[in-house]
Amino acid sequence: MNITRRRLLYLLPAAAIAWDAIIAGTPEAAPNYNMTDHWWGFLIDVTKCIGCGTCVQACQAENNVPDGYYRTWVERYHVAGWPEENPTVDSPEGGKHGFPPLEKEGGKNFYVPKMCNHCADSPCTQVCPVGATFVSPDGVVLVDQKYCLGCRYCIQACPYGCRFINPQTMTASKCTLCYHRITKGLTTACSETCPTGTRQLVDLKNPNDPAHKFIETHSVQVLKPHLATQAKVFYYGLDGSVR
Amino acid sequence: MAAVFAAGILVFLLARSIFVPRTFGQYGHYRGAALAEIAAKPVMFAGHRACEGCHTEVFDVKTKGVHAHVACEACHGPLAKHADDPTALQPPKMDVAVLCVRCHEANKAKPATFPQVVSAEHSGGVPCDTCHKPHSPRIGGADTASAEKASGGGK
Amino acid sequence: MHGIPVEGFMYPNEIELQWSVLIVLYPFLTGLVAGAFILASLERVFRIEEVKPTYRLALLTALAFLLVAPLPLQLHLGHPERSLEMYLTPHTSSAMAMFGFVYLWYLMAVLVLEIWLDYRHDIVVLSQTTTGWKRWLYKAMTLGSDNISPSALALDHKVGGIITIIGIPSAFLLHGYVGFIFGSVKANPWWSSPLMPVVFLFSAIVSGIATVMLVYMFLCRARGEQVDMRCVDTVAKYLFYAFLIDFTLELLDLIHRIYEADDSFRSLDFMVHTKLYIPHIVIQILIGTLTPIILLAITQVVRMTAAKRKVMYSLAGCLTLIGIFAMRWNVVIGGQLFSKSFLGYTTYKLGLIDREGLLVAIALTILPFFILWGLVKLLPPWEDVQGSHLEASYGDD
Repeated sequence: MNITRRRLLYLLPAAAIAWDAIIAGTPEAAPNYNMTDHWWGFLIDVTKCIGCGTCVQACQAENNVPDGYYRTWVERYHVAGWPEENPTVDSPEGGKHGFPPLEKEGGKNFYVPKMCNHCADSPCTQVCPVGATFVSPDGVVLVDQKYCLGCRYCIQACPYGCRFINPQTMTASKCTLCYHRITKGLTTACSETCPTGTRQLVDLKNPNDPAHKFIETHSVQVLKPHLATQAKVFYYGLDGSVR
Repeated sequence: MAAVFAAGILVFLLARSIFVPRTFGQYGHYRGAALAEIAAKPVMFAGHRACEGCHTEVFDVKTKGVHAHVACEACHGPLAKHADDPTALQPPKMDVAVLCVRCHEANKAKPATFPQVVSAEHSGGVPCDTCHKPHSPRIGGADTASAEKASGGGK
Repeated sequence: MHGIPVEGFMYPNEIELQWSVLIVLYPFLTGLVAGAFILASLERVFRIEEVKPTYRLALLTALAFLLVAPLPLQLHLGHPERSLEMYLTPHTSSAMAMFGFVYLWYLMAVLVLEIWLDYRHDIVVLSQTTTGWKRWLYKAMTLGSDNISPSALALDHKVGGIITIIGIPSAFLLHGYVGFIFGSVKANPWWSSPLMPVVFLFSAIVSGIATVMLVYMFLCRARGEQVDMRCVDTVAKYLFYAFLIDFTLELLDLIHRIYEADDSFRSLDFMVHTKLYIPHIVIQILIGTLTPIILLAITQVVRMTAAKRKVMYSLAGCLTLIGIFAMRWNVVIGGQLFSKSFLGYTTYKLGLIDREGLLVAIALTILPFFILWGLVKLLPPWEDVQGSHLEASYGDD
């Protein structure tokens, strides 16, 4: 086995963190990662999204997401304007393979990536009967695959449609904000592979995080604010027609 | 009847002490060990920093071009296994016909400033990499400053 | 997408329905329990002695349905073997978790206890008079006590009365909670409403009363006994009143929605007029609510022979049950047919032989009646048992 300098640079710290975490049973015991130092969120710049679907494919590859179910997806909006009351929206296979040409003429057209909003006041964790889904101390909404009953109440309670039942495990599943990556100092798979910088992980406890600074200095929105979920996925450039 | 109820409660308390997982309640109403289990899942994308360590020549070309802020694995796919052991797994050859159009096929919903073409009319069937080098695709040399402006600001 | 036809736009993960016909069946079954119990309590607590002939039958009906009700849930769960977690680590903010305890409380502390106290005399007598394996069963059911002196029976009666009084709010809680499980979901505007627990409760009362009425008339006919018309007339009267309240509540919800017309209204309105037209407008409202109400109203104001009244009650009872089932269907399935983006609709594909399919649903609906038949044989609600407690203690009321 060739132990190269690069290998040491990447592999050892990552492996050490992971191994330590497993041994200690607590991520905070891991040398580089302290849960209480972080409060994770996400930033999506809608003005940059090109609907390529790379994020959807990357998420599937990183997290072994089954076909037909989506931890993240991209929607395409066609807003014709008055007198049309509603936008026309499509998301063929979640946008995984991009989008076909738009049939309708004119109007405002744009893409909106969607994912779990990792709500601080999460309605899905509120209804879980057994404590299988929860908000981690660092702000990520996670599902304990060994504890979930598959009752589907959390899926009903999520206003954003980001949860599903994994047909292989028969438990609830959803975006984990690539928890296994962010606790190792990497970014999420979707942020990593997004070619235009649309998607970015944010640490809301880190004042030096450029994405955090962006949120503090620009007009951003969350989805369905009237439901007071305290969603932590912030959208820049979100049109009012977005559902 | 009262004895039946008392027995029932006793059985319940006993079951609780046996079946409730040890780490339950450690951080909240959930199994504390779940955090570590989730964090221990395997990583599939190495992240661009891992590539740059070895592939310095490509990195030098890319940072001067308009694809500077496109991560390696956005096109090359998940390569953490390759980063772990470069000889064990060779990255698959890219299918240019499918890859480039994923981003650059013209669509009205894409931002107007984003470079996009109707591929059928653009190259007349000629593969994209005949004229465009993927790591620095702008024809006629890459000017970093104007490239950044054109792509609407980087990551 | 999973081969499910979609109109308009649905979030990709919403296309497949999460809660199936089994989750429609569950509130229907627990509703029958609550309703049957309320009917029983009419006699016990409110001293409406006309309905006495249905008292024990109502309790046994409640028990039969309560025993079956967890089955659709178990068949629905992804991991039924983990269902004990709901009792071991219940999440107190979850209506579903707390409901597990309400259910357990109701089953053990109310229903089983009340049945045992009411039947104790008969159980003791039967444990001494029957032979074979039944003897051992009755002996076990006595729980070691064979004291059936008048003072012991009087104590039973008193305690039973207290339990019934506790049982009424417990029954309200039992089905109100099911309504709350839906009504508290802010993500779903078809469900989210403070009226939901109340609507569920009154429709439960309606369905429970109708079931006991039908079972009573059927059993009388099967045993060649005369139907006590005074009893059935009173039961039908209470069915009518409960139905009026139920209908008023549902009408209130409808008017409120139409008037306020919030962001969900257009989408829901369209759904009710298209996808839910047959189940909601035709089956639930016209056939299942208005028709039985009219039939019952006619029996209240027009003089009719006993035979004609029985036909009217039977018809009204059957239509009621269809209507209340449709109501559960429209809430559970209807709540999942529209997109939370308010831009589209999906379709419910009901399988035939799936784990959560039609055959299973039918089997689970029929099962309680088999159990009830068994219970009626084991603990006869009639005055068949020698020295029956029914004559002994009710004489002094």
